[in-house]
Amino acid sequence: MISDERIKQLEDKARQLRLSVVEMIGVGPVGHLGGSCSCADIVTALYYYRMNFDPKDPRKPDRDRFLLSKGHAALVQYAALADLGFFPKEELRRVKVLGGMLQGHPDMNTPGIEANTGSLGQGLSIANGMALGLRLDGLTSKVFVVLGDGELAEGQVWEAAMASANFKLDNLLAFVDQNALQATGPIVERFDLNPIAPKWAAFGWHVIEIDGHNMREIVAAIDEADTVKGRPTVIIAKTVKGKGVSFAENNPAFHNGAMTAEQYEQARRELGAVEEGC
Amino acid sequence: MKKESLRLAYGQALVELGREDERIVVLEADLGKSTMSILFQEEYPDRYFEMGIAEANMAGTAAGLSLVGKIPFIHSFAVFASGRAYDQIRQSIALVGLNVKICGSSAGLSDFGDGATHQSIEDMALMRANPNMTVLVPVDAVETRKMVKAMVDWDGPVYIRINRNDLPVITDPDSDFEIGKLQVVRDGSDVAVFANGVMVSMALEAAEELAKDGISVKVINASTVKPLTDEEVLAHVEGCRGVVTAEEHSIIGGLGSAVASALRRKRDLPIEFVGVRDSFGTSALSYEELLNHYGLTADAIKDAVKVVLEG
Ligand SMILES: Cc1ncc(C[n+]2csc(CCOP(=O)(O)OP(=O)(O)O)c2C)c(N)n1
Repeated sequence: MISDERIKQLEDKARQLRLSVVEMIGVGPVGHLGGSCSCADIVTALYYYRMNFDPKDPRKPDRDRFLLSKGHAALVQYAALADLGFFPKEELRRVKVLGGMLQGHPDMNTPGIEANTGSLGQGLSIANGMALGLRLDGLTSKVFVVLGDGELAEGQVWEAAMASANFKLDNLLAFVDQNALQATGPIVERFDLNPIAPKWAAFGWHVIEIDGHNMREIVAAIDEADTVKGRPTVIIAKTVKGKGVSFAENNPAFHNGAMTAEQYEQARRELGAVEEGC
Repeated sequence: MKKESLRLAYGQALVELGREDERIVVLEADLGKSTMSILFQEEYPDRYFEMGIAEANMAGTAAGLSLVGKIPFIHSFAVFASGRAYDQIRQSIALVGLNVKICGSSAGLSDFGDGATHQSIEDMALMRANPNMTVLVPVDAVETRKMVKAMVDWDGPVYIRINRNDLPVITDPDSDFEIGKLQVVRDGSDVAVFANGVMVSMALEAAEELAKDGISVKVINASTVKPLTDEEVLAHVEGCRGVVTAEEHSIIGGLGSAVASALRRKRDLPIEFVGVRDSFGTSALSYEELLNHYGLTADAIKDAVKVVLEG
């Protein structure tokens, strides 16, 4: 079993990624703070616990693949990729800058990005294709994909979900980042697509439900998925949108919001930024 | 020039028209706070349907609503409204000529930060290619209000393309708007510039500067891209020695293509296109800098005018 110390390290890494997200947004411009923070623990567990890859050889054929189907959360993936050495950390200061590498949504010109996502609902189909192809090539690589819960309204998600089960893609692991908010507000009020777990189960998936901010549960679910054969697994992770930044938590205004200077400093403090100078 | 929000004007117009006409229903795909359709929900919650992030289903549902006598307005960002729901719009709506109104908001490059996936450089082309479809591009908030009214009065599918950012008010509240009629916003005799959306104010700026060099430029607000008859376009180029089109869209399939095809028999009338040159969008920290990057500027229009005059 994974040690308490290792879990602590992962938790601290997730905190760092969130801090990095806040710093990428900065004061003034809008940024997808909420959806980046809600899946930060999942992204951390995948990149720092489970996945096999080489930042120096990002296109290595037998690598595991990570796709952010909810592409608007790109900032948290950028934070991980830069920290892992896929590209220089300086790039994080140039997100969305004209001519810069890091786009508003994931783009394959960025090392470590496996698909252009951002138009919601398309990631699982792409992941299916990768899983089918990797299996054909006899590779044991696994494909990981993170979806938003609001995103599940897209019909294509369910076309893909049927296909993953039909093709028995056990080399595919999906996460639903269930933060219960879409862009305009609570999913139950705006467009109630609950219940989520029985839908995936009915579509032939192995379903695991966890607290998406409990690192031990995330790791255990990833391990469990690795033992499931003959069908795909989905981990439905209950999360809090904006997790870790008190004023953004559960607040639709920070789906894609701007921070004031005070909010920015507060967010950094809450995420344990070490003050420089003095 | 004073700048105003087109999307706010759009949302307010819908609310106003909804008061008089109970057939109007509004469908949204989780972008109501951007498209401003949310204003309709506040006023008439019964006639507002949040469809979830499911644009294709929204378009199909609108087809059904129109078949039972409603006038559905559907909403998303332009790239998803036109692209994600394309087949539903083509097969279930346009093919039958159903009375569905499609609002493509945050159109063109106006969602500057989000990058290529969210910027629509091809929506006019996609929508224009559909028989029965009307395609409108308001130049300002004032025209937007009149357009929404015209959309309700028009029997058939209409696509309206709305900028995310505030734009200068150019048109007069008292002038009429009629679908298919182009408006001269500055008279001139040497070159006719057909522009729409954000490009109209740039064309005016270019015309102002060219006047100092003794070049007389007519600026036409081409806020209807379809239907656009040959006669309507030809009437505006009479006596001119060249034509320029300017659009916040790919030069393939949009306003430039529409104007050029209307002028196909004018062999001695040179034409230049200002628009996005067959490229997807990209992220930027400001709208202006992105427009500059793609050559959507008053300077580019000036250069194009000079090129056609050199003929
Ligand atoms: C096809 C498509 N439609 C609409 C959007 C605009 N959009 C971006 S994020 C978002 C809400 C996403 O909600 P959810 O999937 O729950 O993500 P999270 O709450 O985790 O950020 C919407 C509507 C989009 N990116 N793609």
